[in-house]
Amino acid sequence: MIEVSHLHKTFRVARRNAGIGEAVRALFRREYTEIHALDDISFRIADGEMVGYIGPNGAGKSSSIKVMSGILTPDSGSCVIDGCVPWRDRRAHVANIGVVFGQRSQLWWDVPVIDSFDLIRDIYRVAEHQYHTDLDELCDLLDLGEILRTPTRQLSLGQRMRCEIAASLIHRPRIIFLDEPTIGLDAVSKLAVREFIRRINRERGTTVILTTHDMQDIEALTERIILIGRGKILLDGALDALKAKHSALRRITVRFAPGTPSPAARPLPDGITLLSADEGRAEFGVDTARLSVSAAIECLTRDIDVRDLAVTGQSTEELVVSLYEEFRI
Amino acid sequence: MKLYLRYLAIHFKSQMQYKTSFFLTLIGQFLTAFSTFLGIWVMFTRFSSVKGFTYPEVSLCYAVVLMSFSLAETFFRGFDTFPRMIGNGEFDRILVRPRSPVFQVLGAKIDFTRLGRLLQAAVIFAWAIPRSGVVWTAANVVTLCGMILAGSLVFAGLFLLYAGICFFTLDGLEVMNIFTDGGREFGRYPLSVYGDAVLRFLTFVVPLALFLYYPFLTLLGRSESLLWRICPLFALLFLIPCYAVWRIGLLHYRSTGS
Repeated sequence: MIEVSHLHKTFRVARRNAGIGEAVRALFRREYTEIHALDDISFRIADGEMVGYIGPNGAGKSSSIKVMSGILTPDSGSCVIDGCVPWRDRRAHVANIGVVFGQRSQLWWDVPVIDSFDLIRDIYRVAEHQYHTDLDELCDLLDLGEILRTPTRQLSLGQRMRCEIAASLIHRPRIIFLDEPTIGLDAVSKLAVREFIRRINRERGTTVILTTHDMQDIEALTERIILIGRGKILLDGALDALKAKHSALRRITVRFAPGTPSPAARPLPDGITLLSADEGRAEFGVDTARLSVSAAIECLTRDIDVRDLAVTGQSTEELVVSLYEEFRI
Repeated sequence: MKLYLRYLAIHFKSQMQYKTSFFLTLIGQFLTAFSTFLGIWVMFTRFSSVKGFTYPEVSLCYAVVLMSFSLAETFFRGFDTFPRMIGNGEFDRILVRPRSPVFQVLGAKIDFTRLGRLLQAAVIFAWAIPRSGVVWTAANVVTLCGMILAGSLVFAGLFLLYAGICFFTLDGLEVMNIFTDGGREFGRYPLSVYGDAVLRFLTFVVPLALFLYYPFLTLLGRSESLLWRICPLFALLFLIPCYAVWRIGLLHYRSTGS
């Protein structure tokens, strides 16, 4: 159980203009700007939940993760995770969490991966028999077999990321923070990583908090999203409900026999807009608040030699972009 | 302790990945230290003694400071390279692990190439010990060991202080090298040659003299003072303010961007 309430964190950042003169001046007098990295952040995450934590760069995602993982001390507010205050009971707290920073490695660069794993086992004081069964399972699920005996520096990014994730699960954390776990991965590795995260969540009941810019990650993994922008929580809710609420817009694509009359040529009723039209293909936007999908289809297909018809909702990607626009972040 | 051995092993394996580089650096370290030793020798070809100390005596003094420094640099190197650890976010990783940060920084960097200097120090010891005129009673042997041990810890304290200050500046303070590398160079000669003011500073502020100078005089039989003999113990007090600065710095830690 994670309970965060009214977290504040402000950084003072020294600012100066470009140029040598300014640099010299800055030695003596500095101008600071205050940046509210976290501005009254509150939320609650239950055990076993999978939450997508999203927001543009510099929104405060990393700062929140750092507070929750005991790296940063907030200026005010409280955060209690399974009975521990992360920055006060740091050692007790971090024994129960796993953290993956997608852009930084926790593996020792020049030695085989298995040596890093052994060292991590000792750092967390994991019992020998548990380590072996867990390692076998992780190797199996993430297909690590051969990779374990390869030095980290020779791994591909996808292989390395799978090892990173395995490394942060060696001590069986109850909560795992994943900071952009699929960044830079190819399609196959992404799918493997996602599938694995889902399994860990389902089978071990591990709470997963995921920050990412990859909307497919969000779509594939999380039911709940928390949107953060300029240090504030803008939205917190189920992804499906959010989609339903924010995307009254449907897209209808009609393919018809070439040479026959196009539905794009006829007068369109209120609620339908023509998005694009080609030979044998036309695309429309339908505002379902004003016109039902069935009425729109009925109108668009009347007396048309339809070959194919597709109705699509707004993608998560588009949803997030429209949310960013809505909140002006 | 077992975990520390693990760290040692993993660093040893890592460094053995690049054998040529490792041995070249090792030899380089040996030779630079040796050149300093030659410098002292050249000095003594002109003058038979410096402030009443003979060449073997000065060599013994140099060997003590060199060995202390190289031990500190080998095993406490993590603090010396600490600004980089803060800069690249490696320190964040340390904070999400359930062990003490000091211990983990120690384990994060162990540089065996620095043992080149240690080897050099051993060679000078081997040369200077029979020639220095010191009577090697049990008490003197213990004192010498105490000097080396306290010396490494004082240098370790300086590294820790340096790292603690990095929390505030987020960057290294080169000025600290005056005391670390500078201390090593100062220690070439018994510290009294630099005059009273410097000696006082090196006694009460940065206690190099406590492990290097006063017990050294008792070794040479120039002083019978028991207090001076146990001075290395007092040098350890220096670790307290160093650790305090580190703790305060840790509270101020603000990480870097993702």
